[in-house]
Amino acid sequence: MNDRPSAAQLLDAVRDFLERVALPKLDGHAAFHARVAANALAIALRELALGADLDAAERERLRRLLGSDGSLEEQNRELCRRIRDGRIRLDTPGLAEHLRETTLAKLAVDQPGYSGYRRALERRRST
Amino acid sequence: MEPPADSFEVLLASALRRGIGRDLASVTRLSGGASQETYAVDAGADQQTEPLILRRRPGGASESAGVAIGLETEAQLLELAAQAGVPVPAVRHVLVPEDGLGSGYLMQRLAGETIPRRILRDESFAAARPLLARQCGEILARIHAVPRDTLPALPEAPASVQWRQYRDRYDGFDWPHPVFELAFRWIEERLPAGASMEAGGQTLVHGDFRHGNLIVGPDGVRGVLDWELAHLGDPLEDLGWLCVNSWRFGNIDLPVGGFGLREELFAGYQAAGGRRVDPERVRFWEIFGSLKWGVMCMMMLDVFERGVDRSVERAAIGRRASEAEIDLLALLASEGAA
Repeated sequence: MNDRPSAAQLLDAVRDFLERVALPKLDGHAAFHARVAANALAIALRELALGADLDAAERERLRRLLGSDGSLEEQNRELCRRIRDGRIRLDTPGLAEHLRETTLAKLAVDQPGYSGYRRALERRRST
Repeated sequence: MEPPADSFEVLLASALRRGIGRDLASVTRLSGGASQETYAVDAGADQQTEPLILRRRPGGASESAGVAIGLETEAQLLELAAQAGVPVPAVRHVLVPEDGLGSGYLMQRLAGETIPRRILRDESFAAARPLLARQCGEILARIHAVPRDTLPALPEAPASVQWRQYRDRYDGFDWPHPVFELAFRWIEERLPAGASMEAGGQTLVHGDFRHGNLIVGPDGVRGVLDWELAHLGDPLEDLGWLCVNSWRFGNIDLPVGGFGLREELFAGYQAAGGRRVDPERVRFWEIFGSLKWGVMCMMMLDVFERGVDRSVERAAIGRRASEAEIDLLALLASEGAA
């Protein structure tokens, strides 16, 4: 077991440094890349916080949908094969819900401010 | 990778004298544009300076995605577009081998804004915004009307060809995206029946007509940039691409670039002589566009992972594939499609 600070605490400290210390001193190209870098750390932080639970839920949905178990990667490969050859379609029970939940989970980590994500959340709440 | 700055400036100065008969006042490397380099150049040290842009691919630099046309072809298209009444920067000098700067060209540097958030939010563009969708329609109609027999050699890329290209690229990355699989199937089921059907209505297609490639002033669109993805294909591709949600920058209810409605775009297109717009087909291209954007995100990740470009920007864009997925799900669900 490693000591504190945790990986998340370290990433957060670096993100804070980039945003509060480095960015105000930069301009042009360098400022743009510093902002992108801070944003990349924010993605990593959200993944550390949410990833394990979201992955477990995705794996459970895939187990039910496919009737088999395996790693997330294997299961996603199997789902892709079945969609590609037409065995699973958007109107196959469970697929639309699985893809919606999985994609919302990805966006919650990657880009929670994205307009399409917010709209999809509103739609889910209202149904 | 780059020659020493002084030798670049010496070469640029002689290219300017050779090409337009003026001296080099200053040159600044601009951000953006991964496949080639872009510089802001001021020409004419003593007289009034002339603001220019240099676009070049340094000698020996590898081609980008493999689909981009050469810079000389790009310069030719700019000139043809100008003749067709499309607002574009005037080409001032096409680089020749004696210039020693690789391939590329110098063009007029238009005053205006390309940053989407400023165009969509700043007060100075408030009067322009309601005009943009219609203007984009008019401009696209003029691009699509450039006579075929005047065009330089361009790749032919109707929907079926692009489907194959993007399917192969996606398969090559060997990383599962169930939503992209659904979209590939949906598009495949709606490809025109035969290649000859597609070839009939082909026109010049800009190929990347969206924010970032449009220079906007307080009066509206002043210039259309970045012709590197131009090809022969279905003209409605340009209209659908402009409606992809990723280019609305948060204004999700204004489908045309976050500034206007499809009806305004189509009205401008038809008023400027474009063929009658089939909204279903534009929708097809919007869906295809979201899928292409998703695969492009994977392509940029690949550039990072192969070590070609190790920038954080390149890496982080891989995480934008999911925005294409959420958009595709919304589009496919509303189609009630398989």
